[in-house]
Amino acid sequence: MNKYKKITLDGLIFQNPTFMLVLGTCPTLALIKSATSAAGMGLTVIFILTLSNIIISALRKVIPNAVRIPCYIVVIATLVTFARMVLEKFLPDLYESLGAFLTLIVVNCIILGRAEAFASKHTVAEAAVDGIANGLGFTFALTLMGIICEFLGKGSIFGLKIMNFKIEMFASSAGTFLVYGLCIAVFVYVLDGFERARRVKANKLARENLLKEGA
Amino acid sequence: MSTLIAIVLSAVLTDNFITQQTYGICPFLGVSKKTSSALGMGVAVTVVMALATLVTYPLYVYVMKPLNFAFLEIIFFIFIIASLVQMLEKIIQKLSPSLYNSMGIYLPLITTNCAVLGVTELVIGDNFLSAIGAAGTMNIGWAVLYAFFAGLGFTLVMVIMSGLREKLNYYKMPKALAGFPVAMVTASFICMAFMVFSFI
Repeated sequence: MNKYKKITLDGLIFQNPTFMLVLGTCPTLALIKSATSAAGMGLTVIFILTLSNIIISALRKVIPNAVRIPCYIVVIATLVTFARMVLEKFLPDLYESLGAFLTLIVVNCIILGRAEAFASKHTVAEAAVDGIANGLGFTFALTLMGIICEFLGKGSIFGLKIMNFKIEMFASSAGTFLVYGLCIAVFVYVLDGFERARRVKANKLARENLLKEGA
Repeated sequence: MSTLIAIVLSAVLTDNFITQQTYGICPFLGVSKKTSSALGMGVAVTVVMALATLVTYPLYVYVMKPLNFAFLEIIFFIFIIASLVQMLEKIIQKLSPSLYNSMGIYLPLITTNCAVLGVTELVIGDNFLSAIGAAGTMNIGWAVLYAFFAGLGFTLVMVIMSGLREKLNYYKMPKALAGFPVAMVTASFICMAFMVFSFI
């Protein structure tokens, strides 16, 4: 069970694809202008990433090593075509707001990266957990930044008007670059702080143990 | 003539791929530490964008649409781009080893650059010309022209960014800000500068 906990924590926090690895930046920067489209993108990626991880992990003994990348791309492109048809039919509003970036999930480095780095070497269950964890990490990061950008840029959150002010810049790519950069900095700073606190505590425990032994 | 000017201005300045549409950010952040490598990457992307559009546009308009399998565009396009990049790599390796040595390492990265798939998807969209404010009817010439100049716009921003990042190396900064965060803040200022063009 500990193994799955580690995979989940890695995907969500320590190897968070958006903040720690900085992958899949193009859809992030384009879609965090509104919290709704950011969350929609995140949910679509959870779906595609989990399924592609499961399929690639199940086929990992069949796919020859030399042509693995084209094989992964076929799997991912098929899933994206499927997701696009479903969204176009049942959620036309979300389909409109994602625009070209729905198609561009094919070349999103998170999905190919997880296929290459994780799913091709692990069992189906582990790959599924990894897909969900990484997808959730991506969704969490996108939704958080989407809320910040939409609040500053339009004074609303998820389309609901909250305050009557707006800073135009945050509704454009200049603002999303700024928010993304500063969010990475804060995330790294907080994680570093926790890491330092953990190390200080461990050192203190070790010193007390030594003192006890000495006494 | 006016269509030509509208396409060139739109592709390079007002709808710049990096600063306005945020396509191709991975190489923009990853390969912009040195001006020479940024220029190499930009040229390679420009060539692949123009060639990919030259192949995918007629395929989509004259084959896939009449035969009613346009819904397979994603799979077809990504395969064309991947094989085109592979082919280009082999051709450059045979024809000019020196060019291959300077540009070859960037070529495999281009397959997963969303600027290339992005431009092939953009130009097959409905009312593409009126969306960028140009008159006339769409044809393969305009499509390839747009792809080429969008690539040049990409190269322009890559070179500006790499110049700024070379200067940034001289400054000390907090550990949390170093690397990607400060690069993104720099990119934010470049975007602000390019926002001026969207008021034209």
